[in-house]
Amino acid sequence: MNSIWTIARKELSDSLRNRWLMAISLVFATLALGIAWFGAAASGQVGYASTPATIASLASLGIFLIPLIALLLAYDAIVGEEEGGTLLLLMTYPLSRSQLLLGKFLGHGLTLALATLIGFGVAGIAIALLVEDVAITNLAIAMFRFIASTVLLGWGFIALAYVISVRVSEKPIAAGLALAIWFFFVLIFDLMLLGTLVASEGKFSAELLPWLLMLNPTDIYRLLNIVAFGDTSQLSGVLSLGTDLPIGAAGLWIGLVLWFAIPLAAALLLFRNRRI
Amino acid sequence: MSCFRLENVSYRYDKSLVLHGIDLRLEPGEILGLFGHNGAGKTTSIKLILGLMQPTQGTVSVLGGHAGDPQVTQHIGYLPENVMFYPQLTGREILSHFARLKGASLRQVPELLEQVGLGDAMDARTKTYSKGMRQRLGLAQALLGKPKLLMLDEPTVGLDPVATADLYRLLRDLRDEGTGIVLCSHVLPGVEPYIDRAAILTEGSLKAAGDLAALRRQANMPVTLSLDPAHSITALEKVIDSAATASGLMIKTGNGRLRVDVQPREKMALLQTVMASGEVADVSIHQPSLEDIYVHFIGSGGLAHRGGSR
Repeated sequence: MNSIWTIARKELSDSLRNRWLMAISLVFATLALGIAWFGAAASGQVGYASTPATIASLASLGIFLIPLIALLLAYDAIVGEEEGGTLLLLMTYPLSRSQLLLGKFLGHGLTLALATLIGFGVAGIAIALLVEDVAITNLAIAMFRFIASTVLLGWGFIALAYVISVRVSEKPIAAGLALAIWFFFVLIFDLMLLGTLVASEGKFSAELLPWLLMLNPTDIYRLLNIVAFGDTSQLSGVLSLGTDLPIGAAGLWIGLVLWFAIPLAAALLLFRNRRI
Repeated sequence: MSCFRLENVSYRYDKSLVLHGIDLRLEPGEILGLFGHNGAGKTTSIKLILGLMQPTQGTVSVLGGHAGDPQVTQHIGYLPENVMFYPQLTGREILSHFARLKGASLRQVPELLEQVGLGDAMDARTKTYSKGMRQRLGLAQALLGKPKLLMLDEPTVGLDPVATADLYRLLRDLRDEGTGIVLCSHVLPGVEPYIDRAAILTEGSLKAAGDLAALRRQANMPVTLSLDPAHSITALEKVIDSAATASGLMIKTGNGRLRVDVQPREKMALLQTVMASGEVADVSIHQPSLEDIYVHFIGSGGLAHRGGSR
């Protein structure tokens, strides 16, 4: 446990040193405040639209940003150590491969969680203080749900980045694959799903189709933050399939947790079999 | 308790035999030189002892335990051949990080940095370090937690002569305190005075192992005597010819000396004859050096053995 924390601690202090933590927090806070203040611009006025609309906009932006940040943070976790020659050295220390990877995950995961909490937390507090007649409890619950799901989504992509990082032997390849993963889940997947929907002309099993959304953590994340308000009019495109999903919010939460637990387990397994 | 013991160890990588039938051990308070051309199996042997890989055959026991066990690795110090470390961190931060991982006292950190001569640079980022400074940091890292077994891969690369001498003095002190040390190096004349035993690897098998005297005996290479004649060089030549030894080459050198190659077991007989004759004014004896022995064991197959197939 001690060595896991030692590794995590180094990652955390690294992200403090290279200003990652600060930069991500700042980006999150700016985005959240910007969306809150100009959320109603589409309807011709400046000001706070509503909590559900704000969260929905934030979530739509989140699916682009969070995976990208998580992948950038973690793609060189193992392959970077190997290129510097420190992986070999670390493995001669009383430290197992699992401990090293879990330590990295703890460090990167905490960095992302802290940045999310600080960035969106500050924005949430600002909204609560500055916007008149906003329902504080509703806002707090929505913000909490948003932050928690954002953290889980980020962890999922950190774990996916590790799967790459333990498999490849060069940093640029890892970076390329990380971008490919981002591209696939954020852009390609929904297009493919939409294409399938249209092409099958309704012949595709109507019960199976909604479950396909569970194959993409960013879709789960969006569903979670929009469906929770009971207002499904915000669901656009393939997400409207989500209304047919026979699982409630708890199922979506479990889906997000599985999306970081399974890739992490896979990364651990692959790392154990890697030749050093 | 041996520092490590390899018994009939073989290692296979993708069907090619990297190591076969290695028997090698290291006792506490001993410096072992591990030599061989590139790809001879030095690094593989080290990785097996460090527990980074498992042998295909045979047993590896380290410090009385199993290679790679946390209780064992805690007492091993290792300096890899080329480490970059973390360029954004200072020497002190890096060493503290490794000290925490090893469970060593953090008080050791400044002491060790001072000891390897990084006292003034310990708070500078390592991206500003020269190769020699990184090497010193690596060394300080290997010395964390007073290891019982120290494995150094090319420790003198990038070090100036003074730092090299300091390093060897340090290793000797550690040896005297009971640390077992493995030294991999290509600078054979440099390490010769400091090693207690040498092991020579070629193509995955152990060609020779033992102290220098034993290796010389095994190599059976001629000893070169350099003789100054007392009166005339021809008289001296006659004496040597008459000595009933199978002494080999005899060369007259330009400055009126005589160089004679003689088999080790006949050296004393020849010397006694020469001394008794009164025809010699001065003698110097050149034992084959570690380098000569190394070339003898490695070089039989030509260049292909030494630099890969070029």
